[in-house]
Amino acid sequence: MSTPSPIRRNAPRFGDSARILQQARIAGPMPWVIAIMIALTVMAAAAGLALNNIAGNARDEIAGGITVQIVEGAPVERGRQAERAVSYFSNREDVASVRRVPDEELADLLAPWLGDVGMAEEDGVPIPALVDVRLSGPVTAERLSEMRSELLAQAPAARIDAQASWLGPVFDAVRSLQFLAIGLIVLLALTSAAAVWLAARSALGSNRETIETIHHLGGTDGQIAGIFQRSIAWDAALGGAAGLLLGMAAVFILGQQFAGLESGLVAGGGLGTLDWLAIAAIPVVGIVLAVITARLTVIAALRRMI
Amino acid sequence: MSDPESSIVQFANVGLRYGTDREVLSDISFTLYPGSFYFLTGASGAGKTSMLKLLYLAQRPSRGIISMFGEDVITLERKALPSVRRRIGVVFQDFRLVPHLSTFDNVALPLRISGMSEERLQKPVADMLEWVGLDHRSDARPETLSGGEQQRAAIARAVIARPEILVADEPTGNVDPEMAVKLLRLFEALNRLGTTVVVATHDVHLLRKVPDSLIMRLDKGKLSDPTGALRYPPRRDAPQREAPTP
Repeated sequence: MSTPSPIRRNAPRFGDSARILQQARIAGPMPWVIAIMIALTVMAAAAGLALNNIAGNARDEIAGGITVQIVEGAPVERGRQAERAVSYFSNREDVASVRRVPDEELADLLAPWLGDVGMAEEDGVPIPALVDVRLSGPVTAERLSEMRSELLAQAPAARIDAQASWLGPVFDAVRSLQFLAIGLIVLLALTSAAAVWLAARSALGSNRETIETIHHLGGTDGQIAGIFQRSIAWDAALGGAAGLLLGMAAVFILGQQFAGLESGLVAGGGLGTLDWLAIAAIPVVGIVLAVITARLTVIAALRRMI
Repeated sequence: MSDPESSIVQFANVGLRYGTDREVLSDISFTLYPGSFYFLTGASGAGKTSMLKLLYLAQRPSRGIISMFGEDVITLERKALPSVRRRIGVVFQDFRLVPHLSTFDNVALPLRISGMSEERLQKPVADMLEWVGLDHRSDARPETLSGGEQQRAAIARAVIARPEILVADEPTGNVDPEMAVKLLRLFEALNRLGTTVVVATHDVHLLRKVPDSLIMRLDKGKLSDPTGALRYPPRRDAPQREAPTP
């Protein structure tokens, strides 16, 4: 009775799923499925965050900005009205800065489309004079209307527009892309949960006899679900880490390529520290989602036993 | 049913059917008392395994009342059932050893389920393995054990947590006569310690090996009482033999 037997010194605890269930990894391909889902989620989230940054930066840049065009064919009169417009805005207290865009700068901007427009010449293509104004505070419809009526009295050829209204369609498109990114993330989360659900059910089926035995020996639903939770958490952690690395590598490479475009709008799409932290949290959310899904699946199946 | 206070298990007008088939058990009423040794006999298909399933709470009856340890287990909340099951040891006919666990881990399973620490369970499991003669096979997986060794491992697992009721389905079916007697002595020893033992068997020779046992006989899902096991108080002086088939 008292003869010591060759027992293992480090016997597993009840919760050691690797010992209780043969398929400790709930299903072979599970980590890979989760890795792919996490990588895609990381890319979708990075795209959504980058678009958010692009929109935010652009919005900050043009907030309070208005553009005044002097649409007058005669260069002398155009110049005269432009000066009056500059003078009008310079005298307002709610204006932060006023700048008449030099004709040379306009010519350079238009050169790729119109060639040498010869703006200084009388026989050149008539191009409106531009005055770039930045108000202190946002551009409201009331302020714009007031300024428009006052300016027209001094510069009848003036057309005044808020810069934000020019970029309205761009913001709409960016917002649509953000919704698309959110939709993709939700779909990927649902697909991941469905994959875990299928894997958990498959594992339940292949380990049914063991589960029944533990059940008959007095194991609680929580103990049995715990075995599956630990297995899926391990799989999700492996897959999540791999997916995060894959996704971040893809985001980094894409970021380098977009940075190379040197476009003003795209340049504002860089990811900040908080963005990277949010992306790094995706695998954690994935693990939690997988564990909750596995628990609910197993508990629901166990409830069918008495 | 009489004297429910002192009983450990009571069945009252219990019936069991699977799906819409005819009842495999009909009008089963009996009382088991603490410290008794019962044999459940009957031909193959008589309903012995179904009756044991009801006893170890693997199956709900289609009708009737089952009470165990003073509680109505039919209406008991589901979350309260595991604690009742832990008071019942089960030796399954097909052993049901967990194939991926060693003999030691299989035997330790009920203790781990009940939350015993690794440190505390080492000795009782080692002692139990020695008692059933499997101390030299503690690291072996079930697939490498012989039928008799698997049987003994299953019995060790059933009794390691000192259950109040031990339910065994044909526990000597895969062992030689010598080992069968040894296992019966093990059950008797447990019985002397206060465990109520219910052994289902179709081996009539086995019944004579335990002189103080009471016999319940199942025939086509109906229970008969050849030794007065179902009376209160049970007739301990009843002749130790199987009742003739009606």
